Amino acid sequence: MEVVLAILVGILYTAGVYMLLRRSILKFIIGIIFMGNATNLLVFLSAGLIHGSPAFVDGTTTNSAQLADPLPQALVLTAIVIGLGMVVFILALKYKFFEVTGTDDLDQLKQTDSQK
Amino acid sequence: MTIVAMPILIPFALAISLLVFRTPKTCRWVGPLGSLAIFVVSLALFFRLKTSGILTLNVGGWEAPFGIVLVVDYLSALMLMVSSLILIAVSLFSIRFLPDDFPLPRFYFFFFTLTMGMNGAFTTGDVFNLYVWFEVMLISSFVLITMGKKKEQLEGGIKYLALNLLGSLLFLAGLGLLYGKTGTLNMAHLAEILKNDGQALLMNTSSILFFVAFGIKAAVFPLFFWLPSSYHTPNIAITSLFAGLLTKVGVYTLIRFFTLFFVHDQQFWHNLLLIVAGLTMVTGGMAAASYYETRRILSYHIISQIGYMIMGLGIFTPLAIAGAVFFTLHNMIAKTGAFIASGMIAKTKGSFHLKEVGGLYKQNPLLAVLFIVPAFALAGVPPLSGFFAKFMLIKAGIESGSYIITTVALLTSLLTLYSMIKIWNEAFLKKQPENHENQESIKLNWADYVPLAILATASVLMGIFAATVFTYTMEAANQLIEPAIYIDMVLRNRTP
Repeated sequence: MEVVLAILVGILYTAGVYMLLRRSILKFIIGIIFMGNATNLLVFLSAGLIHGSPAFVDGTTTNSAQLADPLPQALVLTAIVIGLGMVVFILALKYKFFEVTGTDDLDQLKQTDSQK
Repeated sequence: MTIVAMPILIPFALAISLLVFRTPKTCRWVGPLGSLAIFVVSLALFFRLKTSGILTLNVGGWEAPFGIVLVVDYLSALMLMVSSLILIAVSLFSIRFLPDDFPLPRFYFFFFTLTMGMNGAFTTGDVFNLYVWFEVMLISSFVLITMGKKKEQLEGGIKYLALNLLGSLLFLAGLGLLYGKTGTLNMAHLAEILKNDGQALLMNTSSILFFVAFGIKAAVFPLFFWLPSSYHTPNIAITSLFAGLLTKVGVYTLIRFFTLFFVHDQQFWHNLLLIVAGLTMVTGGMAAASYYETRRILSYHIISQIGYMIMGLGIFTPLAIAGAVFFTLHNMIAKTGAFIASGMIAKTKGSFHLKEVGGLYKQNPLLAVLFIVPAFALAGVPPLSGFFAKFMLIKAGIESGSYIITTVALLTSLLTLYSMIKIWNEAFLKKQPENHENQESIKLNWADYVPLAILATASVLMGIFAATVFTYTMEAANQLIEPAIYIDMVLRNRTP
């Protein structure tokens, strides 16, 4: 299972980087979402997966290697919430930007870098 | 010790109170007085630290390394103190310099959430907690930088956001890998585990992710491009706030991580840090020299100065680290001062562009004097704060035999001096350009001078009492280079 998820993380990172390098702002945001999910999965996988056992001590399992590590799950929950907030903000910003300029093309974003 | 959590709790309480009392009139009081409260608490923390050593607080009663721990050592305390001084100056400045139709309650709400995130980053002893504080800081700064919704602000905001979001993702990925490898995220515990770690190559995968993530926040070469394309777009009060604080949090975390637990494979890392430092100094300095807009000159100049801080970290002797800390403290004060001065020039003359202003020396000698202090401090003219900071770094560089970076640092000083003299000559000495003669010039009120006067005084005092500041930064450097006390204090709550 870990191998499958590790490959999935790789695919998501690849897709994310590809989308980041596109010219459209919306595709850039999709890239950020992909990469965010890849990172969340990576953090989730960092302690290894333990199949079919809960993330808390039930008093019967004595071997700690058979217990799932609760910390990455807690970390990933926090990270997902933060990631959601960030994506919502950037979508709102993109909407506002589109309203003002009417463009979705990253190549049009030259104004603040031009020598004046 | 609950006082350790105060620098986080006070801004939180202030931000909440601003949701209730949302008239601009109360904000004018809550902003500066709240900043003053944070400053007082930071001073109290500092004096407590001086008498009783490193302060720790196990949040929620969970023992370290299982719970989140807040730690205040000399580095944190000094950063807290100077950053809250800047908060006072900027909160006073923004009352006078934000336009009348600006939503003041909303501004101060995000001002305090930004402060909360920053103080959290300065005090936390847990890597994931640091990530959370970074995000708090980041989302507040996103809102602040796009506040006002001008076209170039939205554009600058997108650029700022794009690279910083990427940095956060790399930070999170590095953190996940680090947890997978060590099984802990408590900084002191990490330091203890990694102290005798033989697998330096394996750790490098995590440390490089952290380095890139913090490099983006600190705006080092070649990751700085978000800074010059966004910092000149928002209102000058917001730029002053960012200029003094945001990048320095990145520098703080770099210093913290690369002295406390990423101490393996030193040769590779110190060389990398020195190369990055040199390139950051030169590119920032050269780019600053090519612009004629004060905010852009100063923005590139932030980058150039970040190089000096990284240089101290790269040389990695106690004196060099002390120099880097001294430089960071000095730079926070002087840089904010320079931005505030440019805001005052723009208010009197109606433009940030040096070609359109002039004759200020005759018109407003007080502003000229107040500008020259942070400008010369940045250039490193004795007896101001910048001279001693640079002196420490260069002495450490020569002592450790890092001649190339020392030469680069000395030559970059000339570039800095050139940029500062350019602003001085164009804005103050030369006559008002004829084609911009009819621009209305506004007379400044006495209250407009207060924030800059505070920072200029701080810069002068830091130069005059350099010996005292030096002792404390040296103390901070010793704590950083010999982390045994820190580790023992956090993990076992006792001194060795």
